[in-house]
Amino acid sequence: MSAESSHGSFIAGNLASSVSAHALQHQFADLEQQRESSTLGMWVFLITEVMFFGGMFAVYLINRALHPVAFLEASQHMLFWAGAVNTIVLICSSLFVALAVHAAQEGHRKQIVCFLLLALLLGLVFLGIKGYEYHGHWVEHKVPGPAFQFEGTDPIHSEVFFELYFVMTGFHALHMLIGVGLVAAIAWFAWRGHYTPAYHNAVDNVGLYWHFVDIIWIFLFPLLYLISHKHVP
Amino acid sequence: MATATQVVEKENYLNVNYGIKSWLLTTDHKRIGLLYLFTITMFFFLGGFFALLIRLELLTPSGDMVQTDIYNRLFTMHGIVMIFLFLIPSIPAVFGNFFIPMMIGARDMAFPKINLLSWYLLLGGGALILYSIVTGGTDTGWTFYAPFSTQYSNSQVIAAALGIFVAGFSSILTGLNFIVTIHRMRAPGLTWVRLPLFIWSNYATAIIQVLGTPVLAITLALVFLERVFHIGFFNAQLGGDPLLFQHLFWFYSHPAVYIMILPSMGVISEVIPCFARKRIFGYAFVAMSSIAIAVFGFLVWAHHMFVSGMSVYAALVFSLLSYAVAVPSAVKVFNWTATMYKGSIHLRTPMLYALGFIGLFTMGGMTGLFLACLGIDVHVTDTYFVVAHFHYIMVGGAVMGYMAALHFWWPKITGKMYSEVWGKVAAVIIFLGFNLTFFPLFVAGYMGMPRRYHVYAPEFQVLNVFSTAGASILGIGYLLPLIYLFWSLRYGKPAGDNPWSAAGLEWTAASPPPTHNFEETPVVTWEAYNYHELPDMPEEDAGVSRI
Repeated sequence: MSAESSHGSFIAGNLASSVSAHALQHQFADLEQQRESSTLGMWVFLITEVMFFGGMFAVYLINRALHPVAFLEASQHMLFWAGAVNTIVLICSSLFVALAVHAAQEGHRKQIVCFLLLALLLGLVFLGIKGYEYHGHWVEHKVPGPAFQFEGTDPIHSEVFFELYFVMTGFHALHMLIGVGLVAAIAWFAWRGHYTPAYHNAVDNVGLYWHFVDIIWIFLFPLLYLISHKHVP
Repeated sequence: MATATQVVEKENYLNVNYGIKSWLLTTDHKRIGLLYLFTITMFFFLGGFFALLIRLELLTPSGDMVQTDIYNRLFTMHGIVMIFLFLIPSIPAVFGNFFIPMMIGARDMAFPKINLLSWYLLLGGGALILYSIVTGGTDTGWTFYAPFSTQYSNSQVIAAALGIFVAGFSSILTGLNFIVTIHRMRAPGLTWVRLPLFIWSNYATAIIQVLGTPVLAITLALVFLERVFHIGFFNAQLGGDPLLFQHLFWFYSHPAVYIMILPSMGVISEVIPCFARKRIFGYAFVAMSSIAIAVFGFLVWAHHMFVSGMSVYAALVFSLLSYAVAVPSAVKVFNWTATMYKGSIHLRTPMLYALGFIGLFTMGGMTGLFLACLGIDVHVTDTYFVVAHFHYIMVGGAVMGYMAALHFWWPKITGKMYSEVWGKVAAVIIFLGFNLTFFPLFVAGYMGMPRRYHVYAPEFQVLNVFSTAGASILGIGYLLPLIYLFWSLRYGKPAGDNPWSAAGLEWTAASPPPTHNFEETPVVTWEAYNYHELPDMPEEDAGVSRI
C-alpha cells in the first residue's frame, strides 16, 4: 500500500493529507503532532457547530416557553413512527461508524469498508424517511408560507413551530448529506488501503462528525416529536 | 556559477517563486497574511470613502448633498465594510497569520490549506457585499434590525447578509486555525507562560470567533429565510419576536467588539516593552485579562438593548456585568503604564501609535462606562455619544493598534525601513485628526444630536464642522502611510534582522523570513520580553529619517 498511498494528494483539504501515513505535512514535526492537531481541530469545529445549532435551539426554547399550546398542537402533526424509526436508524449508523473506527485501529481493511457502507446506507435511509415526512407536510399544507393552513387555537404560532421544524431538521439533513459524502470518501480511501493502525485520522474525525450529527437528532426528536405524544389518542 | 546578485539577495518567502499562481494558491502563512493585507487595505479605503461622504453631508444642518434614502445606505455600507471586511479580519488575519507561527517557532499554521480557504471566503463575502453596494446598497444599518430588514426595507439586504454570512466563516476558520496552532505547534520549551502576549490576546480572540460567529451565522440565515419565504421568526405580525433578533444579533456583535480590540491590545503589549526596553509589568495579569475580557464579553450583550424593552432586573444584571469588563481592560492599561515607568523610552513610530492607543482606548473605555450606566444610557441611546464612544474603541483603539503593528513589523515583513520622519508625522496627524473628528461628537451626542439622520438642528453645526474638518485631516493621515510604506519597498534602507533589538522569536529569523521561517526549530529557554538581556535599540539612523 505504500506506493499508491502518496497519490491521495489530489483531493483537497485535510482528508487527503491524513489518508496516508507517508503524507506528513511540512508544518508538523511528526505524525503524532499532526494527529493531535487534526483531532483538536475537529473538536473545535464541532464546538462551532454546537453554537450554530445552539442558536436554533435557543429560538425554539424561547418560542415554546412563550406559546406552549400552539407548539403542542403543532407537534401533534408530526409522524411519531417516522421520527422514532429514524432515531433507531441513526443510533445504529453511529454504532457502525464506531465499529469502523475500531476496525481501522485493528487494521482490518475490509471491515472498515463494510461498516462504513452500512453506516452510509442507514444515513440514506434516514434521509429517505425524512423526505417522505416532508412530502406529507407539503400535502397537508403544513409548509410555512402563504399556503400554510392550520386548525387550532393559535395557528400563527403553530406556524412558527413548523418554521423551526423545517429549519432545524433542514440544517440537520444538510449535515447528514455532508456526512454521507464524507463517509463515502473515507470508505473509498479505506478500500484503497490508505489507513494503517498507526495513522487513520480521517476515519476518527469523520466518525466524530457523524456522532455529532447523530446527537443533534437525539435532541431534535423529543423537542419536535415527543412534546405532545401522550396526548395523541 | 553563482552571480553576485544571488549572493546579495537571500532566498525568502517573497522571492522563492514568482507569478500570480504562486500567490493565489500559496499555503505559506506569510503570503496569506500579505494577501489579507492588500485585501483589507482596499476595503478600509472603501469604507473610508463612505465615511467621507457621511461627514460631507453632515457639514451643514440641512440635507443638501444626499437624501435620506442615500444617507441610510451610506452609513450602513460604511458600517458593514469597516466592521466585517476590515476590523474583524484586520490584525488577526494579517499580523496574526504572519507572526503567530513565527512567534511560537513553527514552520506554518496547523492547517495551511484551511488558512488559504479563509482568505477566499473573505473575498467571497466581500464580493457579495460589493455586489450589494453596486446594486444600490443596504439601508438597514449594519445591525439588520428585524422586521425592517426582513420585510420593509427595499434595499439589498439579502446580498449583504449573505456576504457577512460567508465572511463569518472566514473568521471562524481563522480562529480555529489559531487555537490549534497555539495549542499544538509551539517550539520546545515555549510554555504557556513564556508566550508573547500577542499570542495570548489572539488566543482569546480566537475563542470569541469560534463561539460567537456561528450564532451570527444562524441569525443571518434566519433573516435570509424570513425575507425570502415571508415567514416570521422575528416579525411580530407573523408570530415572531423582534427582540429575539436583537438578543441573537448582539450575542455575537458585542463580543465582536472584543474580536476587534483584543488583538490590538496584544500589539500594544509587544510594542511598549520593546520601546521602553523593559519586561512587561504583570505578565500574568495582562495574559489573563485577555481571557477575562473574552469571557465577560459574552455576558454583556443586552446593554445594547436597555431601551428595547426588557425587565429591569435583567437590565441591572447586564449593567453590572458591563462594568465588570472595565476591570480587565483597566488592568491592561495600568500594566502598560507601569511598564513604561522608569523605562528608557524610544519615541519611534510604533511607540507613538501605542501611546495614542492607550489614551484613546482609555477615553473610549471610560465613556463605555457611561453607557453601561442605565440612567445615562437611556439619555444618550441612539445619539452621537454612542457613535463617538465606539469610534474611540474601534478607530482610536483597534486601528491605532493596527497601525502600530504595521510599523512595528513592516521591517520584518518587507526587509525595508520606512521613513521614520514621515512615520511620526502621520502618527501625529492621525492622532490629532481623530480627536478633532470624534471628540466634538461626544458633546453633540450628550446634547441630544441623534445618530443616523442626514439633517440636524442648526445649533449642532459648529461641532459638526469641527468633526468634518477632523475627518479630512484623518483621511490625509491614513493616506500618508500608503505612500511612504510603498516608497520604502523600493527606496527604504535594508532593515536587518532585528532593527528594534526586539525580543521574540520572529526577530531571530531573517528579514524577510525564509519560507520555513527558521533554519532549525528554535528551543526556548527564556521568558518573554527579556529586554534586560538584550542590547539597547540602535539610535535612529539619520539616513533612514531622510525621505
